[in-house]
Amino acid sequence: MAFEVDGKTIETDEEGYLVDLSQWTEEIANKLAEGENLEMTSDRWEIVNFLREYYQEYQIAPAVRVLTKAVGKKLGKDKGTSKYLYELFPYGPAKQACKIAGLPKPTGCV
Amino acid sequence: MEGTKPFFAKPDHQKSLGFPGELIENWHDTAIGKMGDLLGKYRSFQVYLDSCVKCGACTDKCHYYLGTKDPKNMPVGRQDLLRSVYRRYFTFAGKYFPKLVGARDLTREVLDDWYSYFHQCSQCRRCSVFCPYGIDTAEISMAAREILDSVGIGQKYCNEIIGKCYTIGNNLGLPEPALRDTLEDLEEEIFEERGVRVRLPLDEEGADVLLITPSADFFAEPHVDGLMGYAMVFHEAGIKWTLSSYASEAANFSMFIGSYENMKKQAERIRKAALDLGVKRIMHGECGHAWRVAYSFWNTLAGVGHGADPNDKYAQELQQRLDPNFPVPQHICEFTWDLIQRNQLNLDKSANDDKVLTFHDSCNVARASRMGDTPGGQFEIPRKIIQAVCNNYVDMPRDTIKESTFCCGGGGGLLTDDLMEVRVKGAQPRMEALNRVVEDHGVTNMAAICAICKSQFAKVLPYYKMPMDMIVSVHQLVRDALVLTGQTNGEAEADPDEAQAEES
Repeated sequence: MAFEVDGKTIETDEEGYLVDLSQWTEEIANKLAEGENLEMTSDRWEIVNFLREYYQEYQIAPAVRVLTKAVGKKLGKDKGTSKYLYELFPYGPAKQACKIAGLPKPTGCV
Repeated sequence: MEGTKPFFAKPDHQKSLGFPGELIENWHDTAIGKMGDLLGKYRSFQVYLDSCVKCGACTDKCHYYLGTKDPKNMPVGRQDLLRSVYRRYFTFAGKYFPKLVGARDLTREVLDDWYSYFHQCSQCRRCSVFCPYGIDTAEISMAAREILDSVGIGQKYCNEIIGKCYTIGNNLGLPEPALRDTLEDLEEEIFEERGVRVRLPLDEEGADVLLITPSADFFAEPHVDGLMGYAMVFHEAGIKWTLSSYASEAANFSMFIGSYENMKKQAERIRKAALDLGVKRIMHGECGHAWRVAYSFWNTLAGVGHGADPNDKYAQELQQRLDPNFPVPQHICEFTWDLIQRNQLNLDKSANDDKVLTFHDSCNVARASRMGDTPGGQFEIPRKIIQAVCNNYVDMPRDTIKESTFCCGGGGGLLTDDLMEVRVKGAQPRMEALNRVVEDHGVTNMAAICAICKSQFAKVLPYYKMPMDMIVSVHQLVRDALVLTGQTNGEAEADPDEAQAEES
């Protein structure tokens, strides 16, 4: 699969994840979110940006518990819950948010 | 379901497991050759193909059949996809009078059907319980996947994951620094809640116990709550334990694809970690199929337990090393139940009074292994643990639990988004049984001891109008009831230095 952003062809795998992670831009994130029927509000950007930061350090998306705690610390305790994250990313923060953030899909029994 | 196919493995996923990258030219002869090879290797496989009398006992026993109503998802229908080809090439009648005995040539269409329907089987073995001959569809399904892999058609989900185990050490692809960071985070969380320094050690040489657990325990919910439970139980028992970053995975997906060679290679990673760390015991976290691999196959795969190859130096070394005074290998539930029986854990059941529990028997634990030293221990021990930590417990209807348990719908390598429809439909019998006890007994939560079950239920419960957090880990319930020695209500009341001193 592929789509175009600014005249550039962006390839995704059969599940819609970026093939070349280095191609990621905010514009592409908007496009990927569109495919998920999600609008990139500032709340969603906060999560996506955190995922990208974490990925740069650890080469994997953060565990759900790590994510909720980090979000809680940064944005207030009421947002540091998986319920909040599922409200933002109904298909699951790990998979859906990773896709938009241009990260590989977490695999395994998750 | 007609036309259902999971994504194909990419050439590099295939090659790292020793399979051809894509469909090979002489796939027909290679597939038949592979079938012959497996018939020679596994006597059971041939017996299963020969002995079906079409009695019909299995027809309504498969959750995928019940959910999809597709006759090819009847266990006998699924077996016949392969049996018909077996008859054509390996039996006298099928070679000369194929039409009379339902024998057929292996064509591309047949191969496609295999790929589709042997990925609509979670190898849960429920049908084998009701078959008067004990025909095990799981074994036929594993053989079919092995044949498919040998001609270059693999499933992306399983094969990509096995490759990650080889390169990174776990299914998730969680590298050591991320694992370390996650464990430290969990230690901090326990300290904040309880005021006690409970450790989740990684790669600590000289520990007594190596804990092998599904990597989902580090990553997902409610799995991670169970992991905290194991750590707290070890802490209270005063046992030195460790996780390994080299073998940070209990799961062995090679069983799902029927590949003995890869299953051995995965098991040997755990053996290497055990030898390098110098442990005396290997213990298993809450993972269903991994417990089957460990309990039933580890002895010949890696030398855990009895039956190691006398010429296998490492297997012999491991047998010398492991302490025979404990079960080899041991399940975390066996360990916790033993402590509970000896009154070694201070449990406050009322901590779980907000819940009414039921227990989902995971298929590989229920029908392919055991716990404890009495028959049926794998059914009783988890239930006894739950009842020791919770006041309210009810079983689901008898024909849906214990040896008759229904699969969660995501086992056997089907826990992937590209099979979501099959997963939702396959979960239907379990969801109906659960719904029954919700309505009749006010059940609020279902506990399980398998990472696949937990993830599958978290995903499909909402499809059946039940909340995703209804599924809990057994050791999450233990954690919540366990009163730690020296526990306070939170960090503010605790003196960290004192807590540390106590520990050492």
